[in-house]
Amino acid sequence: MKEKNRGLGLFTLLIYLFLLGPLVIIAIASFEPGGALKFPPTGFSLKWYQNIFEVSMFKTSFITSILVSLAGNLLALLLGLPAAYALSRFQFKGKNALNAIFISPILIPGIVLGFTMLKYVIITYNLPVYTALLLGHTVIMLPFIIRVIASSLANFDFAVEEASLSLGAGRLKTFFTVVLPNIKSGIIAAVLIAFLESFNNVDISVFMTGPGISTFPIQMLLYVENNFDPTIAAISVLLMLFTAVLMFLIERLMGLSYFTKR
Amino acid sequence: MKKSYLAILLLPGLVFLAAFMVIPILLTVGSTFYHESRFTVEGYVHFFKDPYFLKIVWTTLRVSVITTLLCMALGFPTAYYISRQNPRRKGLLLALAIFPLLTSSVVRSFSWTIILGKKGLLNNTLLSLGVIQEPLNILYTPTAMIIGLIHLFLPLIIITLVGVMENIDSDLVKAAESLGASRFSAFCKIIIPLSVPGLIIGGILVFVGSLTAYTTPALLGGKQRVISTFLYQNAITLNDWYLASVIATIMMVITFIIITLMNKLAAKLNPKGS
Repeated sequence: MKEKNRGLGLFTLLIYLFLLGPLVIIAIASFEPGGALKFPPTGFSLKWYQNIFEVSMFKTSFITSILVSLAGNLLALLLGLPAAYALSRFQFKGKNALNAIFISPILIPGIVLGFTMLKYVIITYNLPVYTALLLGHTVIMLPFIIRVIASSLANFDFAVEEASLSLGAGRLKTFFTVVLPNIKSGIIAAVLIAFLESFNNVDISVFMTGPGISTFPIQMLLYVENNFDPTIAAISVLLMLFTAVLMFLIERLMGLSYFTKR
Repeated sequence: MKKSYLAILLLPGLVFLAAFMVIPILLTVGSTFYHESRFTVEGYVHFFKDPYFLKIVWTTLRVSVITTLLCMALGFPTAYYISRQNPRRKGLLLALAIFPLLTSSVVRSFSWTIILGKKGLLNNTLLSLGVIQEPLNILYTPTAMIIGLIHLFLPLIIITLVGVMENIDSDLVKAAESLGASRFSAFCKIIIPLSVPGLIIGGILVFVGSLTAYTTPALLGGKQRVISTFLYQNAITLNDWYLASVIATIMMVITFIIITLMNKLAAKLNPKGS
């Protein structure tokens, strides 16, 4: 019995080596001084980290990505918070169907979403690239906002809200003074998770880049098409640090149990 | 009063999704049946008669099926091990699985180019060990795609299964053991059947994810096309919007069929009943 557990432990160790090994390798390879990415590196240099800041498209696409994610997040929150509240708070006919519609952007292939939006929204109404990116990213953030906030509302005791209402506070006032403070950390976690989804998105953004405008992941893809220097490895290290910080915040705010629920 | 209140809360989001998701999708599907101002199914007939197109669909399905089966086979024992650890270790292992999931898919797929390339880590190691004489051609093949996709989706199935296995009452296993079942037969008769619905939900996520993934095939597949890169190529590079719309519709239909079938299977195999 002990034997079998040890075998299983070793198996799990190998799986984690497979999952995390490539990320460690790319991090170590980022210090390569030469012009071609290799592992193990031939020396130690930070010059490719410096190079990130010298390629101007990285800077502009990074700013584009951040702005699109933040503005899209705000829009998704304005649309998603009321919907999540309605879906968690009330019982009504057609609720399951509505739930399915709000979650559907996760299940519909991103590449299809991007293409159909390009064809029937962006080209039809001749929208500028920034507006296109904003709309596309709002669509994919919405289900994450709704899901995370709904799972936060699932732990909220609506009797508290009833009490406030029966004591004469209006619905709106009750929502802002009673419900909202109680799900505050859930909302922040929702915003962070949606932010990562949007910031890392490729499938939709790939249809919505214009002359001189692209998002950060798209710019990375364009760069590796023509270069095999360690710049992308250096960027990867910075992105992983950024992801780790956001993940730590999400864990502090609502734990990681959200991710294990389907 | 309550109806109008609900409408105020739900309508903004619904209208937004209708305008920017539902209607564009319906128009795209519709446009495939209405070409050059008449009703037609020619787009589909043409698609399924073309051996090059069929080969792309076949490659995509094969890569997705292999990825899904391997993810299930590798993920199940790992999740079982994690679910039996104490809370501290379980939390750590889960966090280490969630971290790659939140990391950019560009970073994760790109990392494999250093390992699988002609002069990559794998070939260098195998050559210096004398296992092979000539470098292996892995990068830019379906095998590289499968490795990249497993790397992408294995954490998803692991954390889904841990979530399911955590909810299996551990008293059930203890009861079975106290009644004389060996640990192995308790595992086979309790843990496995109760985990099957989770395994299938995880399988759906991996399969749909692999079928529709764009970044990994684009970075690791080289000239080898899959449905998603083929759709992109036709829409953007070749400007053949009619064919792109046909591909988009086929992709959605396949996704829908897979999700429905596997959900049915999950309900059927669920020992608790649906």
